[in-house]
Amino acid sequence: MSGDNEETQTTENTPMDEKQVQDKVISPEKSEEAKLKARYPNLGNKPGGSDLLRKRLQKGQKYFDSGDYNMAKAKIKNKQLPTAAPEKTEITGDHIPTPQDLPQRKPSLVASKLAG
Amino acid sequence: IMCGPVRDWCFSQVKGAIDDDVAEADIISTVEFNHTGELLATGDKGGRVVIFQQEIENKNLPQFRSEYNVYSTFQSHEPEFDYLKSLEIEEKINKIRWLPQKNAAQFLLSTNDKTIKLWKISERDKRPEGYNLKEEDGRYKDPNTITSLRVPVLIPMDLMVEASPRRVFANAHTYHINSISVNSDDETYLSADDLRINLWHLEITDRSFNIVDIKPANMEELTEVITAAEFHPHQCNTFVYSSSKGTLRLCDMRASALCDKHSKLFEEPEDPSNRSFFSEIISSISDVKFSHNGRYMMTRDYLSVKIWDLNMENRPVETYQVHEYLRSKLCSLYENDCIFDKFECCWNGNDSVVMTGSYNNFFRMFDRGQRRDVTLEASRENSKPMQVLKPRKVCAGGKRKKDEISVDSLDFNKKILHTAWHPQDNIIAVATTNNLYIFQDKVN
Repeated sequence: MSGDNEETQTTENTPMDEKQVQDKVISPEKSEEAKLKARYPNLGNKPGGSDLLRKRLQKGQKYFDSGDYNMAKAKIKNKQLPTAAPEKTEITGDHIPTPQDLPQRKPSLVASKLAG
Repeated sequence: IMCGPVRDWCFSQVKGAIDDDVAEADIISTVEFNHTGELLATGDKGGRVVIFQQEIENKNLPQFRSEYNVYSTFQSHEPEFDYLKSLEIEEKINKIRWLPQKNAAQFLLSTNDKTIKLWKISERDKRPEGYNLKEEDGRYKDPNTITSLRVPVLIPMDLMVEASPRRVFANAHTYHINSISVNSDDETYLSADDLRINLWHLEITDRSFNIVDIKPANMEELTEVITAAEFHPHQCNTFVYSSSKGTLRLCDMRASALCDKHSKLFEEPEDPSNRSFFSEIISSISDVKFSHNGRYMMTRDYLSVKIWDLNMENRPVETYQVHEYLRSKLCSLYENDCIFDKFECCWNGNDSVVMTGSYNNFFRMFDRGQRRDVTLEASRENSKPMQVLKPRKVCAGGKRKKDEISVDSLDFNKKILHTAWHPQDNIIAVATTNNLYIFQDKVN
């Protein structure tokens, strides 16, 4: 910083400067919110909201429908999958699970490393 | 009770693998001391429980606090798939709660998302010898060779600790269990999921009473879920549950069979002009704990710890900022899902100090009486025996001083979600992702 700049900064703030300082003091939360909305303009207007809660309640849900599975197996071309209505709130994911997709979860046979 | 003001904390032990490559199953999901503090249980994502026991040596030499060593380990829960509901049920142990000891054996409740189990942990240090009809190796003798009768005797053997499931409490929860709490009546306990709370009798597994149901008739109207629940430590008719909207509801089971209507509602009024997209998310209570004396409750939300007086519903009596510097990082914390991390909190034995975890393997203690707080770190770098932990400081902005760490350098993958405080002594257990640290206060 040059000597000249330092000198001007030691003078009292003009009324104009004070207003500028006040405008910058938005709550950090609100400025973070503005950042988020800038990145995701389609973000739902319900803050926190039902979408998040519903997702939480559906944790662990894996959809397996034998009809869908057989259709996918048969590789029907140009098949029309029923499109979800915009207000449909169930989050089902974007691909049809097959039995091979469903992980065969086996219990861990290894002892905990905390006991090692 | 050695719970006076604490100046320094020292490293005592660390359990778990050193390597950085953490297997999912090894992620610690719960830590709990039993009522005397002699036993320390951990649960992990792989459904396993490890119990450590404090070796009582050198009682007369207080500077040599005894160590915790492995006492028992077992597979509590296994992964399941509910084909009817297309639901994958994780084996992760969400909570462990000890029962008060009544006889030689120890009992604990462990739960995953759907099923609660009562485990009996018992010691065997004698075995019978001298059977009439069997050889020592177990083979049956030819009865014609038996000409005399003798009484088998019990002889000492190496200590064996056995864990056996005594009760399985299943099929009572449609949603995911977040809490279990043993009642002071020693007969019942509650289990809470996102929308309902059930009351069980420890002896009865085929039925439970529903005592709270907040499921709306139309799921589209869902605005709030239950995040934690706990029985009052002394009043067997009283319990509390917290919500995703930052409220606490105290309920009295004597008032009615279904406790949908609360006796007391604890909520801090919010300044509507400060409301943002994040307000509700960060106000969600991730843990609620009664103080040992039963006069206070502590809640943990994303950025703070609050102490509530049971006699004052309109605001907390104390608020402690855990990591306020994260308020200006909420956007990225939302994007990486960290804003949904569920931190727990705990009281020390005489309710004078509270503790909770943070990121970068930091954890925080707040001394209520002395109005002091400290940030400490659980790391292998500070793990020389009895090494005193150096307080840490995060630089929120501006010029970073030497030894301070800047907010942008914090490792958000290193979360301390679970901590526990010995009920009578200044010994704490702090869980990082896959390691368990035990610290104790410096005894001069």
